[in-house]
Amino acid sequence: MKEIALHLLDIVQNSVKAGAAHVDIGFALAQDGTLTMTVRDDGCGMSPEFLERVRSPFVTTRTTRKVGLGIPLLMQNAMQSGGHVDIESEPGSGTTVTAVFLTGSIDCLPLGDLASTMATIIMGSPDAPEFSLRCESPSGRMDFSTEEIRAVMEGVSLAEPAVVQWIQESLKEEIEPILGGIMS
Amino acid sequence: MKSLAELEAIRKATLSRINVRTEEKGETTRVVIGMATCGIAAGARPVMMAFMDEIQKRQLPHVTVSQTGCVGMCRLEPMVDILEPGKEKVTYVHVKPEMVPRIVAEHIVNGRPVQEYTIGAAENA
Repeated sequence: MKEIALHLLDIVQNSVKAGAAHVDIGFALAQDGTLTMTVRDDGCGMSPEFLERVRSPFVTTRTTRKVGLGIPLLMQNAMQSGGHVDIESEPGSGTTVTAVFLTGSIDCLPLGDLASTMATIIMGSPDAPEFSLRCESPSGRMDFSTEEIRAVMEGVSLAEPAVVQWIQESLKEEIEPILGGIMS
Repeated sequence: MKSLAELEAIRKATLSRINVRTEEKGETTRVVIGMATCGIAAGARPVMMAFMDEIQKRQLPHVTVSQTGCVGMCRLEPMVDILEPGKEKVTYVHVKPEMVPRIVAEHIVNGRPVQEYTIGAAENA
C-alpha cells in the first residue's frame, strides 16, 4: 500500500464483515510525530486462539482461498517506520486495532487521501454500520459521523454519488488543517 | 464541516432523481469494483472515485456503483464489472481513473463496451 489511508480502507472491511453496528476510527498525531490510528468495532470479535494466529498471512475467514494479507501488510508498514500494531479482541464485544506510525521516519508512509478513503468506505457500506472519524493533532480536532449525515438525509442512501461527493469534499476541508503536514 | 443546509439541498435533488429510477425499474446498470486488499493496493480507490464523479457529472440516475471482494485474479486488478439488464457482463481490467470517462461515455451511455480495456483483450494480448 502507498498510503496509511489505504490500509484503513482495507482493514475496515474486517469490521464490516464482523457485523459491527459501529466502527469508530481515530487518527491522533502527537507533537513528537507519532501517529496512532485506531479502528474500534463492536462486531463479533475473535476467540483468543484466532487472535493469536490472525497476524499470519495464512489466516483468513474467507473460504475461497487460504491467504489474508490485510493485517500482515499493515504490520509491515507500521513496523517499517519504527511503530507497531496492537489487536485487542473479545468474542461478542468487538475488536480494536491500533497501528502506530513514527511519521518522522523516512520509511513511514504518508497518511494519504483519508477523505477519499472515508467516502469509499461509506459508499461500500451505506446502510450499516455507522462510522465515526476523529482526527486530532496539536493544530486541532475534528469529528465526523455517518449518524449525523443519515439524520439529515432522512432515508436517502448515503451511497448516492452526490452525497458521497459531499462527504469527501467536506472531510477534505476539515482534515487538511489538522493532519495536512503528514498527508503526502 | 460544509453546511448541513447544502446536504439538505442534495437530499431534495436526489429524491427527484430516485423517482426517475423507480419509474425505470429493472433498467438499472450496475458498476461493481473489486475492493479487497489486492484491488486497493492496485489503485481501486481512485477508480471508484472517478466513477462517482463521472456519474454525478453526467447525472445518470439509473447507474449504481458498488464494491466486491477478491475474485482471485489479483494480477488483473483494479477490475470493474459492468452489468446491464439483459446483456452479458463486461469485465474491465487494469482500470485507471483516466480510463473511466471513456468507459462511462462509450459503454454506459452509448452501449458500446470499450473492447481494448476488457479482460478478453488483456488475456489475448
